[in-house]
Amino acid sequence: MSALLQVRGLSRHYGRRIGCEDVSFELHPGELLCIVGESGSGKSTLLNTVAAQLAPSAGSVRYRQRDGEWLELGQLSEADRRRLAREEWGFVTQNPRDGLRLNVSAGANVAERLMALGVRHYGQLRSIARGWLERVEIDPARIDDAPTGFSGGMQQRLQIARTLVTQPRLVFMDEPTAGLDVSVQARILDLLRRLVNELGLAAVMVTHDLAVARLLAARTMVMQHGRVVETGLTDQILDDPQHPYTQLLVSSVLTT
Amino acid sequence: MTPSYNFAFLDEDTKRMLRRALLKAVAIPGYQVPFGSREMPLPYGWGTGGIQVTAALLGPDDVLKVIDQGADDTTNAVNIRRFFARVAGVATTERTVEASLIQTRHRIPETPLREDQILVFQVPEPEPLRTLEPREAETRTLHALGDYGLMHVKLYEDIAQYGHIATSYDYPVLVDGRFLTSPSPIPKFDNPKLDRSPALMLFGAGREKRLYAIPPYTRVESLAFDDHPFEIQQWEHRCELCGSGESYLDEVVVDDRGGRMFVCSDTDYCGRRRTEAQA
Ligand SMILES: Nc1ncnc2c1ncn2[C@@H]1O[C@H](COP(=O)(O)OP(=O)(O)O)[C@@H](O)[C@H]1O
Ligand SMILES: [Mg+2]
Repeated sequence: MSALLQVRGLSRHYGRRIGCEDVSFELHPGELLCIVGESGSGKSTLLNTVAAQLAPSAGSVRYRQRDGEWLELGQLSEADRRRLAREEWGFVTQNPRDGLRLNVSAGANVAERLMALGVRHYGQLRSIARGWLERVEIDPARIDDAPTGFSGGMQQRLQIARTLVTQPRLVFMDEPTAGLDVSVQARILDLLRRLVNELGLAAVMVTHDLAVARLLAARTMVMQHGRVVETGLTDQILDDPQHPYTQLLVSSVLTT
Repeated sequence: MTPSYNFAFLDEDTKRMLRRALLKAVAIPGYQVPFGSREMPLPYGWGTGGIQVTAALLGPDDVLKVIDQGADDTTNAVNIRRFFARVAGVATTERTVEASLIQTRHRIPETPLREDQILVFQVPEPEPLRTLEPREAETRTLHALGDYGLMHVKLYEDIAQYGHIATSYDYPVLVDGRFLTSPSPIPKFDNPKLDRSPALMLFGAGREKRLYAIPPYTRVESLAFDDHPFEIQQWEHRCELCGSGESYLDEVVVDDRGGRMFVCSDTDYCGRRRTEAQA
């Protein structure tokens, strides 16, 4: 099957500091790829550069859109970039407060992307929003409540509903469960795993936690100092890590 | 006319700058044009944007009408009318049909406007997306891309909270199928009068330093949902002074025992109807 995303020699520097350096990978439809590494290893920089939210210093990202045409992301206009973000992609931020619109109701948060796509039937927006709240295990009776009154875990589930409601083909997630209690994390990871399967999503997910990768991703990339040091099937990486840094990461997971 | 001022208070260079901005605004209906807003001898919120637009347009032969909430005799309207009578020496009127230029806050006259009339609106907040998106750079991008889903978020919230679109004034419109625009805080009752109006409509926001235009006969559409269409206010009453069942009514307190009555907000329209009825 043809790839969905092709990343070639991608670098992003902040002045003289390296964010990420010479990263290449492909992502296929329906595939979930995890990027793991400790804090500061360049995961977020890589994710944001791939998602065209940061301009690359070198390298290229190609995306095959719904109609089969390949787009060179570096050459997209702002209008095309936004159209892509609206119609084909989704982005889930670590802090749900960055990804939600806090001054409007949960229902409006879920419905916003649909309205951006031109859905103009209130009743239909309501019923889709209710359905999605249910799907992410939020009581649909809370559809008109402000997300500010939700717990952190609920806010994150709401952000997931808001992102997935338009059935994007490709979702970027930056540590969507970091900062949450372990039990809350487990529930969200479970939910993500289910939705990814049901919707056949392709996703790139950043995490500093190898256990998250083990649960969700068939394939994992390990980053250190902005570079990819090891990449392969998640099980293989966990069972037989090759790079010393990966060995260190794996042993720290297994001992906790 | 007080001789120590230039005609209509502003110097000619400033008026030229304003007219250039106005021409641009007319050329791109609904697009907010930045302009170099001047200090005026009254505070923001009192119509400094509208006054600058009026000053740039007035000629010696113009007949000026000024209304505030539909009335010619409120403090704001009286002051602005007197101001221009003093600094431009122009004729003023309270009659809509006699005016060549009408500056307004919060209403469009009930009497239909003509091609040879200009309506100047005072605008406190020109950006309809501002309450939802505080970042100016972002709202500019949204306009550039015609990306207006956000405005429907606000209407959605209205229905979710009140069961209907509760926004009753400053109701957002799409001008010429392209730019999302604030009609200024007029009641939504007046929105249909914006659509394909024969008169030129100009909007000035002094504090925000923006002006924009709805040229004559431009299509102006009030946003809505398919299953919650745009509707204007309706009253069970008629005006208790002139009997009109078609005008925008204000509820006014008439005594200290809580007595109230409904009367036309447009004082010229109401007065004329009463005079005609007596004749
Ligand atoms: N906006 C920025 N300006 C300067 N340096 C940055 C910026 N963002 C990240 N960095 C640097 O880039 C490197 C990678 O950071 P980041 O991508 O946030 O890593 P991670 O997400 O793995 O924690 C770090 O050295 C970090 O300090
Ligand atoms: Mg990060």
